[in-house]
Amino acid sequence: MGMIAIENARLCDPAADIIIDGTLLIRDTVIEAVNPATIPVNAERIDAAGLVVAPGIIDLGVFKTDKPAFHFGGITRAALMPDTSPTLDDPGLVQHAGRGGKPDFWVHPLAAATRGLAGKDLAEIAMMKAAGARGVATGRAAIADAGVMLRVLRYAAALDLTVVTHAEDAGLTAGTIATEGETATRLGLPAAPSCAEAIAITRDIALARISGARLHFRLVTTAEGFALIRAAKADGLAITCGTSPAYLFLSDAAVSDFRTFARLSPPLRSESDRQATIAAVADGTVDVITSSHDPRGPEDKRLPFEDAAPGMAGAETLLALSLNLVREGQLTLPALMRLLAANPARLLGLDAGSLTPGAPADIIFIDPETPWRVDSRKMAAAAGNTPFHGLPVQGRVRKVMKGGIFY
Amino acid sequence: MTSPSTPFPHRHLLGIAGLAPHEIRYLLDEAEHWVALNRAASRKHDGRLEGLTQINAFFENSTRTLLSFEIAGKRLGADVINMHAAQSSVKKGETLIDTAVTLNAMRADVIVIRHQSSGAVRLIADRVDCPVLNAGDGRHEHPTQALLDALTIRTRKGSVEGQIVTICGDVLHSRVARSNMLCLTALGAQVRVVAPPTLMPAEIERYRVAPFHDFNAALRDADVIMMLRLQNERMDGAFIPSSREYHALYGLTPERLALAKPDALVMHPGPMNRGVEILSSVADHPEKSAITEQVEMGVAMRMACLDVLTRRSRGVAGWA
Repeated sequence: MGMIAIENARLCDPAADIIIDGTLLIRDTVIEAVNPATIPVNAERIDAAGLVVAPGIIDLGVFKTDKPAFHFGGITRAALMPDTSPTLDDPGLVQHAGRGGKPDFWVHPLAAATRGLAGKDLAEIAMMKAAGARGVATGRAAIADAGVMLRVLRYAAALDLTVVTHAEDAGLTAGTIATEGETATRLGLPAAPSCAEAIAITRDIALARISGARLHFRLVTTAEGFALIRAAKADGLAITCGTSPAYLFLSDAAVSDFRTFARLSPPLRSESDRQATIAAVADGTVDVITSSHDPRGPEDKRLPFEDAAPGMAGAETLLALSLNLVREGQLTLPALMRLLAANPARLLGLDAGSLTPGAPADIIFIDPETPWRVDSRKMAAAAGNTPFHGLPVQGRVRKVMKGGIFY
Repeated sequence: MTSPSTPFPHRHLLGIAGLAPHEIRYLLDEAEHWVALNRAASRKHDGRLEGLTQINAFFENSTRTLLSFEIAGKRLGADVINMHAAQSSVKKGETLIDTAVTLNAMRADVIVIRHQSSGAVRLIADRVDCPVLNAGDGRHEHPTQALLDALTIRTRKGSVEGQIVTICGDVLHSRVARSNMLCLTALGAQVRVVAPPTLMPAEIERYRVAPFHDFNAALRDADVIMMLRLQNERMDGAFIPSSREYHALYGLTPERLALAKPDALVMHPGPMNRGVEILSSVADHPEKSAITEQVEMGVAMRMACLDVLTRRSRGVAGWA
């Protein structure tokens, strides 16, 4: 411990609008100063060699604590979805899950909104909060019963916890695995219309309005869905949303060979919805980009498309794919880091995700240009189920510091 | 793994999608002389697949298609083995991939597969060394059915091109409809598709077919009427109010049949729900019904497919 001066860095603070060249001073586990007037003589000096130095990524909504993948991807904290086995619906389990990655990685469990995520009875949300839960989540599915959802929102609002929900109407999507359209028709896949998302969002915004809850739609993927979020924000509601690189860079054409790695939930959408997702990131409608990391081995994926489990391993590709948005001019790098670190921190009530003095020294060194190729056979993740296999990408994390220590 | 110089360069027959019109025609031409052989009163044995093992792996129940493939293989002299999922280790939790690897290790020379999941046949085909024939995968494709239907139309009408073909029924859940839309449009037919709004897939017009909800309108001047089975086993219960109402709107009756061309052909892939999608008087119509002929063409068509797909492994001149 002690003082560390990271010199010759391109400092990317999400709170700022521009990148500042200079020195970041770390004292013990926290950030001491940006471009201090003098560097203490006892400080250890580290040359960042012109790399971007940014806060570690905070991944809002992963399904497994998969440290090798998170380390590769520059993710220093993640909010763990309650859909684990057993379900995170008990204070003891939440406390255990919260210890899962320490010291080099911090897991912030999301408490199951309902017991067993069955969508019926309220789980012990207050006790789970005391045990370390940083939010409440409905899990992989929405709560079908609007009455139950309203009670979850009211209860969570009183506890000042964000509710993380899944935006798909249960009735429309029951038994389906794809988005209605030409691809699903040609492949003969059971499909639901994409308005299943807008229907769920409409209902939950109405419920959030009367409950005063903070509501976060974990993955929004359609033009209609983004329009609703945009309007709710304009109304001043505490509504936020996220999306993932899959919906930014893939359309349902990616499933046309029955590729189970592209079987996701929500399912991949049309090309016009994909473009709407990019537009929603560019105009600030999207608050969070998440990997939705869900590594799945062959026992879940080497199956007929209909029988395969949804989900993708996304932690390693989250940053590199998101950097496309910076290269294409949709976002500045500090704005991207707001989506990847500052906003998730705010929604989880964490004092992290910034380079502000006093913030925890969770730092990543990014080389934004280095080209590499996604290879599902050579991933650090627990499984290589990426729909981006073979894709050339740019940008790599060179160093990861968690709480003032390099790992 | 294709040999581009042959008239049918594909290793497997997984669907009609991906076949060029001339390749479809080639398979139909090949089937024609098997029709003649099958009709011969004397022995119907050919023997060109002698010594080859044909495995019919049926993960979904079937009587007619399985029988048709079995007869086709036996007439060509293959050793035909039928594997029913109900009797196999699939029920014990073995994955489909494990089953594929097992079948491959048994050195099958050709595998015929039916499976309840769309895309499952392709999953197996990617992991075996021998040719694979899709005998129906989920809602996706049933290529030999479409080929035998085209052969039936061609035999009865002289050509598929220019014919107005009306396909009616549960299109949403039907692999027969999907393969037929691809096959018939490829061969130049004008295809109309009729279904209740709840059983019509999205963006069906991308198949270059005309969608209808009104059966009567779709029947006008039709040359061929292809009825689909109302797949009760696929229904969750809410797609149609009752079989009675379905029959009232979409049942093929003599009155409706009169809306089509006087020489219209009636087809059905079977098995039929008599009194629901089709009345017996239509199904058994001596001139207009081609339903038993479809069964006959099925055997010939499958013989042609088995023959063509095994030519490379049999070292047939020009195919090896």
